[in-house]
Amino acid sequence: MSGFFKSSIGRKYAMALSAFFLMFFLLQHFAINILSVFSPDAFNEASHFMGTFWAVQYVLQPVLIFGVMYHFIMGFILEIKNRNARVAKYAKNNGAANSSWMSRNMIYSGLAILAFLVLHFIDFWLPEISTKYIQGDMSGLLADSEGFRYYEELTHKFVNPLRVGAYVIAFVFLSLHLTHGFSSAFQSSGVSSMRKEKLQIFGKVYAIAIPLGFIAIALFHHFNH
Amino acid sequence: MNLTLKIWRQIDANDKGKMVDYKVTEISEHMSFLEMMDVLNEQLVNTGEEPVAFDHDCREGICGMCSMYINGEAHGPDRGVTTCQLHMRMFKDGDTITIEPFRAKAFPVIKDLVVDRSAFDRIQHAGGYISVNTSGNTQDANATLISKHAADEAMDAATCIGCGACVASCKNASAMLFVGAKVSQYALLPQGQVEAADRVKNMVAQMDLEGFGNCTNTGACEIECPKGISLENIARMNRELLKANV
Repeated sequence: MSGFFKSSIGRKYAMALSAFFLMFFLLQHFAINILSVFSPDAFNEASHFMGTFWAVQYVLQPVLIFGVMYHFIMGFILEIKNRNARVAKYAKNNGAANSSWMSRNMIYSGLAILAFLVLHFIDFWLPEISTKYIQGDMSGLLADSEGFRYYEELTHKFVNPLRVGAYVIAFVFLSLHLTHGFSSAFQSSGVSSMRKEKLQIFGKVYAIAIPLGFIAIALFHHFNH
Repeated sequence: MNLTLKIWRQIDANDKGKMVDYKVTEISEHMSFLEMMDVLNEQLVNTGEEPVAFDHDCREGICGMCSMYINGEAHGPDRGVTTCQLHMRMFKDGDTITIEPFRAKAFPVIKDLVVDRSAFDRIQHAGGYISVNTSGNTQDANATLISKHAADEAMDAATCIGCGACVASCKNASAMLFVGAKVSQYALLPQGQVEAADRVKNMVAQMDLEGFGNCTNTGACEIECPKGISLENIARMNRELLKANV
């Protein structure tokens, strides 16, 4: 089986598996974030649970970090190998005649998402890890009151219009990445075309609705606080 | 039609090569693209220049020899045809047409528009066959029942002529549509089952060894394939390889 994952097709399977995991994570992340629009209390409760439950923190979080890193690193490795497969370029190449812009530029939409993830980690993940595991404060409470801190931290971040702008742009790139990535992951996994046709409709809805939802959440908090 | 041709000229495999402009006049719209190239070559021979080398054989879309990249597309702007089946009516008087060889590390240029596609032959040798007894006791083909659906899909896969348009069109120079078709045509039939696991493993290993890129599912290969080989064949090859490894 180790030989399988060294083959070009095995690597595509691995990319697809990490993509499925990341798409599921994105759905879960959105489900919690949307709570912040409708119920700050529910958002705080869900955030505190995710931030302190051992299985999430010590099992799912490392798997997620591995999944993100694997998807990016393997994406870059495959991109380099693919570029090396055509040393001499065409003088004239009409890529738009036979493929979508999204499918031809996954590396660039991926790079935009990577840049966003760096910003997102600095904004939320690093302060969260610092509070919990360096300062040792697992209470999830605000420093000067008994309320949870998660909703306050979220809304505070979206005051800055530059940050909101960066988030909106990043989610547009995420949507472009998912538009091709969703169906591509199923194709790489060997799913037959009959099943893929039905999945493609769901994929298009997912690729537009989820990033649009994240954009709506950022804009909602920006204009309401 | 009067046309300007921008053609890749390369003396041999070691030459750096360059695009060279040529003018051709009084080209009939009923000519095939290769006939237009014949007119150009006659013109070049008459003026004492080296004619443009290009691959061709049957000139009826069967052999898979012609291999030009015309105006940024393998086999030109028409769909479901090889270069020899491409007609000059697809172009307009006064057009400038860019003509290049199929580009891929695994398809090195031999001369001008001729590329070495023997990588495909080596992939076929690695497993694109079934071992049968042909010593006079060959079983009647109709003795093995095959569903119409499977027979049709296997036949569709078998229509691949190995021209390499899939590799030329793919932004990654991937050969997965070709290998997918060659794996599928046997994977769908009972005769192909005995060697199925070894076939897909060996053919994929040889494909990787030849230096083709990875498939990123852009679908360009399917669109540009003169025989309409479906992406479903790549998905089937992926399933076959997984099955062979578990």
